[in-house]
Amino acid sequence: MVLAIDDLTVDFTTDRGTLRAVDGVSLAVASGRTLAVVGESGSGKSVTALAAVGLLPGSARIGGRIALDGEPLTPDRQRALRGGAMAMIFQEPMTSLNPAFTAGEQVAEALRIHRGLPPRAAFEAGVAMLDRVRIPDAERRARQYPHQFSGGMRQRVMIAIALACAPRLLLADEPTTALDVTVQAQILALLDTLKRETGTAVVLITHDLGVVADHADDVAVMYAGRVVERAPAARLFAQPEHPYTVGLLGAVPKLAGGAGRLASIAGTVPDMRSPPRGCRFAPRCPFVIARCVAEAPPLMEMAPGHASACWRAPLSQVLEAA
Amino acid sequence: MLRWLARRFAQIIPTLIVLSMLIFGLQQLMPGDPAMILAGEERGDPVVLAQIRAELRLDRSLPEQYLHWIGNVLVGDFGFSWRIREPVANLILQKLPVTFQLSAMAFIIAVLIGVPAGILSATHRDTPTDWVANGIALFGISMPNFWLGIMMILLFSVELGWLPPSGYVPITEDFWQSIATTIMPAFVLGTGVAGVLMRHTRAAMLGALAQDYVRTARAKGVAERVVVWKHALRNALIPVVTLGTIEFGRLLAGAVLTEQIFTIPGFGKLIVDAVFNRDYPVVQGVVLATALIFVGLSLVADLLYMAVNPRMRQA
Ligand SMILES: Nc1ncnc2c1ncn2[C@@H]1O[C@H](COP(=O)(O)OP(=O)(O)OP(=O)(O)O)[C@@H](O)[C@H]1O
Ligand code: SF4
Ligand SMILES: [Mg+2]
Repeated sequence: MVLAIDDLTVDFTTDRGTLRAVDGVSLAVASGRTLAVVGESGSGKSVTALAAVGLLPGSARIGGRIALDGEPLTPDRQRALRGGAMAMIFQEPMTSLNPAFTAGEQVAEALRIHRGLPPRAAFEAGVAMLDRVRIPDAERRARQYPHQFSGGMRQRVMIAIALACAPRLLLADEPTTALDVTVQAQILALLDTLKRETGTAVVLITHDLGVVADHADDVAVMYAGRVVERAPAARLFAQPEHPYTVGLLGAVPKLAGGAGRLASIAGTVPDMRSPPRGCRFAPRCPFVIARCVAEAPPLMEMAPGHASACWRAPLSQVLEAA
Repeated sequence: MLRWLARRFAQIIPTLIVLSMLIFGLQQLMPGDPAMILAGEERGDPVVLAQIRAELRLDRSLPEQYLHWIGNVLVGDFGFSWRIREPVANLILQKLPVTFQLSAMAFIIAVLIGVPAGILSATHRDTPTDWVANGIALFGISMPNFWLGIMMILLFSVELGWLPPSGYVPITEDFWQSIATTIMPAFVLGTGVAGVLMRHTRAAMLGALAQDYVRTARAKGVAERVVVWKHALRNALIPVVTLGTIEFGRLLAGAVLTEQIFTIPGFGKLIVDAVFNRDYPVVQGVVLATALIFVGLSLVADLLYMAVNPRMRQA
């Protein structure tokens, strides 16, 4: 496993008390594979990724184990490997580049830090990288500033920065959410190609289940700071086991040209300062039983590689019986 | 770029015309008859007074006087001091370097204190470092220059005897002596600007450090020191540079009082003496020169803004 997160917890101390944003999350990604992390806003997807690279603010207290290629990631190692062996790209391409430096300089900086390249060589390698992310006329574009690029082109520059040092792990936090659909498809296709070429392990955070279906090997579904279901992508779509996942899938326009029904799950995400004691989905769950409210369900393996955190599992049988 | 400059000059010229009229017009409000003052002992003699008035064109109408003055200014002639009997342009050229040296030193002191203090208080937000820096900035802004000046003279000149309490040695004559005579007034002048710069740097740095590109830099593995001093500061300086240029202009103007305290023969002393003597050509000349410097500085501010802000460069 390139990335292995085990029982991760993240607590934030705020003026209004302590909040556990991530509660016992375990994830793993292998080389050349893409793990999609999905879940509603506030479910802890970004916090999990930021914890892996060590970019959480000082107010965060982190528990659990994170390892890269089997070696534990201490804060010192995270600092040393960030931008080199592990890289992250973000949602906001319009603001994620520094307006005061050229695109080429910003790619070159990563190469200077992690490869120790002298400025000239780093810049040239930066141009080559911009070319690899399919920026036309890279030589000239490298000397331009971010405001001279479109959103899609900026995200390509971000990808060039992230992949400049051929990372073992790439964390992509909603990399295409801010882009229009065609550009989004181009960027994701580019990420797939680069991943195949380099064997990078990818964690793809997204809201978009269509993106998951097309680009992910495995999926982790998060709800209120926990992973509630984990499965190979194809299996998750074919046979979702957790009521929350079932709800989410119901909320997607049917992929295979179906009725295009857009149902959202009733209710709202719990307040993370005082989450429900048992299963966190209980207040919104149509399958709730007494045990759900009393006791939190652990992730239980139901088939190889497929686990769900639900007392009513396997839900497929419940659904069939009904 | 050239078109921009042309447009900028087209704006400057009407500004200067209105300014020159204001300078000339407002001066008429000064109490006292200059002819009377110049006549001295003979101020009772109407013949002498009439002669002086004719000589100085005080018997002409105001528009006539104005056009005569501004016409000469346009060809570089600022007139002749009624009192000191020297061309005003000479006086300005003599005194300006003194005030410029004082302001430049004050500005350097202000930047050396204000910018790092602003950065530190932003990176140490809501810690004792931040509180101390803010306290000192408030002190610098609110402390009257004359009081600080007098206190410094008492301490460093009277008590410790380290620095001369007053006077001025030109920098061309004796470099170190020149610095010794100007360091205290420069510090007094610089403190207020340091406070202003600190507060602006702090605000700009806090803004910059919260930006997404700072997170990108950290994600890239950039060391925190470089994140602050390169990635954030480079952007934070854009507004601070503009402010700094304007503050420099204010320093030139603000030197008046400080020059009085330390008896430094600069612009400030020149204009104060001229006002007391109703030496109109000198007052007009000095004020107009100051205005010209301000206009020039605001142009410099815009050019610097373009230089540090890539978004402005291609226009
Ligand atoms: N710096 C912080 N201080 C306090 N609370 C935080 C901080 N960062 C995140 N949180 C909280 O942690 C929880 C998880 O946030 P996170 O950003 O991981 O959600 P997400 O799943 O990425 O959502 P989205 O889809 O909106 O990006 C939220 O309740 C959020 O308010
Ligand atoms: S444990 Fe109970 S409440 Fe939670 S998802 Fe399963 S059925 Fe619903
Ligand atoms: Mg997020």
